[in-house]
Amino acid sequence: MNGREFLARFLVLGAALAAIAIPLALWWRVPLVHAQMAENGGWSPDAFRATVGVPLRLRLTSDDVMHGFAVGQHDAPAVDILPGQVTEVTLLFDQPGTYTYYCTRWCGLNHWRMRGTIEVTGSGVEEQRTSVPIYAQLGLDLDAPRAVEQLPTRKPVAQISSGSAGADLTAYQSVGYYRANSPYAVWQQLREDLAHADRDDQQLWDLTASLWGGNTTPEAVERGALLYAQNCAACHGEGGRGDGVFADDLAEAGTMSELADGAVRSMIQVPANLTDPAKMLDASPALLQGKILRGGMGTGMPSWGQIFTEEQTWDLVAYLYSFQFEYR
Amino acid sequence: MSTFELTARGNLMAALKSRYPQLAVLAIMLAGYLFAILAGLIGTPVGSRNFSIVFVWIAWWAVLILVAVPVLGRGWCAVCPIPLPGEWLQRGAVLGPTAKPTRRRLRWPRRLRSIWLQSAAFLALALFSPILLTTPLVTALVLAGMLVAAIAMSMVFERRSFCRYLCPVGGFIGLYSQTAPLELRIKDKSVCAACEGKPCYNGSAAGYGCPWDVFPGGLTKNTYCGLCMECLRTCPHDNIAVNARPFGADLAKPSTRLDEAFKSFVMLGAAMVYAAVLLGPWGFLKDAAYRIGSLPWLIYAMVFLAIIGVLLPGLFAITVGPNGDRRLLRQRFARLSTALIPLGLSAWIAFSLSFVLANASYILASLSDPLGLGWNLLGTANLAWKPVLTAVLAPAQTLALVGGVIWSGSVARKAAAESHVSPVPVMLYCALVACVMLWLLL
Repeated sequence: MNGREFLARFLVLGAALAAIAIPLALWWRVPLVHAQMAENGGWSPDAFRATVGVPLRLRLTSDDVMHGFAVGQHDAPAVDILPGQVTEVTLLFDQPGTYTYYCTRWCGLNHWRMRGTIEVTGSGVEEQRTSVPIYAQLGLDLDAPRAVEQLPTRKPVAQISSGSAGADLTAYQSVGYYRANSPYAVWQQLREDLAHADRDDQQLWDLTASLWGGNTTPEAVERGALLYAQNCAACHGEGGRGDGVFADDLAEAGTMSELADGAVRSMIQVPANLTDPAKMLDASPALLQGKILRGGMGTGMPSWGQIFTEEQTWDLVAYLYSFQFEYR
Repeated sequence: MSTFELTARGNLMAALKSRYPQLAVLAIMLAGYLFAILAGLIGTPVGSRNFSIVFVWIAWWAVLILVAVPVLGRGWCAVCPIPLPGEWLQRGAVLGPTAKPTRRRLRWPRRLRSIWLQSAAFLALALFSPILLTTPLVTALVLAGMLVAAIAMSMVFERRSFCRYLCPVGGFIGLYSQTAPLELRIKDKSVCAACEGKPCYNGSAAGYGCPWDVFPGGLTKNTYCGLCMECLRTCPHDNIAVNARPFGADLAKPSTRLDEAFKSFVMLGAAMVYAAVLLGPWGFLKDAAYRIGSLPWLIYAMVFLAIIGVLLPGLFAITVGPNGDRRLLRQRFARLSTALIPLGLSAWIAFSLSFVLANASYILASLSDPLGLGWNLLGTANLAWKPVLTAVLAPAQTLALVGGVIWSGSVARKAAAESHVSPVPVMLYCALVACVMLWLLL
């Protein structure tokens, strides 16, 4: 082989190897977190380790549609992840524990399945970020059928955060009482309370509504509305009527799984209609919080216990009652 | 017909004869090709952000169909990296011939010496094109597959058998290269006739025998000349020239080969189907084309093949059939189909303008972050998608198609005169096809 041929081979091989080796090495050194629709695999990887006080830098990209990234029970703001582009986030944890990260954009029917975990270790005592939920303390059956027999004739009206609407409701006004009882149960107790014997049924519903209004604030309802719009409206609909953009798909998925195995009744259901007073007025705040925390157990309703803080769940519950009560 | 000998200028001739400028370009092209494969394998699966999709199906395609083929003919083949590794292995050298003898390879089977296989290869890819054009991994596998196929064929058969007989792109580049205002031809036939040993075909110490299995002395059209410039190096009499010439000069000598005629229908039909599927408003059609292997896709594939294999050629046969001697139908069919070449090229230009102008903005973003890893090499990685020159799109497409019909009409007149028939039916056929294409595009 003459010198020129050797040089030519060297240059050609060098260019070819450089075109492969350099990008490959850079790609290897800079790992990405890939987001895909849950049907295609969800997050990859879906688990990380981090240390308290040490920044965790993640470089996120989407392999299909637009996704979002947020960590449950953590104050880092949610970020969008665009297809084929890279979004960087740096997380700092001040408590050890297991955190859940999740998609914040309605990317598909199984959007809520896009979750992963961050195991944070390090010095410090692991604090209980949430307390034992009331529904568990009370032993409530979240799936028991509910139905109000005597409905209000119109949407009950109340002043928000202003208490009793002139009536003496001292016995009913503790937070513990409010959370443990459904509006219908309270209405029934008010009905039997001789102190309110002069009021008609609708006035008692208004009184019940004022108890609910007294246990929340406009700010809490506003925060709840935002959480609802971001996380719930895709299925339950913006107006809470169970007609969100995924409602039809959920119904179809339920029908298809039923057809696939006729012996087993499909568990995937059409999202609950949160405006239905017959069911919602028979649901206590504790029960609704339990539903939110635990999820629908296979019905398609995700669990939010690892995502929302306790305060956020109460904000959301307060907002859900705004479908039943007209706060002024 | 007047031509202008570009290689009469000593500098250009020297640059073309020297292996080094070409080798430098080829090394870059090969590196780019390998990088495109790598990008498809490890880069983002989002096609619009992946170098393999953006550079192969937007940038390369735009350059090929809008510039290279219409102006340079087989200019792309001159710098195409696909046959290089196989060719270098076959020759045992990157540069000129060495004294070391190389193993003799087989001749390409006589029965397969046509472009039928190229048409089949093109259709095989075309049926999967919605996935191929949008999925980096599939593009990478196809690019790698072509490289491997070219190497394998170079190991078994002599010369560039892959380019000449199998490359799915080479077939239509060859067909449309006849329209280009550039040619490689001999200067004086008598010199070739008297030349001993025919080194342009058989090779010599100065260079290799024609890789495209063409004897330059017999070259009358661009279809099978890959512009590799090897004959410029081997000709001992300086009897080879690269000429500028009028557009479409080769079309004055209509081919009577059915494989070349069929290629016209393949390309015309594919442009129409692509326009309908990729640009049209019919969701069910896109859905069928994307769902590879499903019943709707099978129906789509059958319709695609029927348009290309039955409808277009059948309609053309009906058009040219009654018009002249029935015994010469086959010859007349092939000869008159030459008229479809300008129209086919203009249909592809019109179709390509749509998606090239719509997606050109991806090129800068992809250059800056070719693998979708968050790089920003040129500061353009986050450039928003923005169609360009949309105001001129429809007029340009209309102009291209109307120009194509007029040009095809002119070719039809010459081809019809050779067959002693009227060109009007072919002109009407071309006008009808152009109208359908316009309807699909606008």
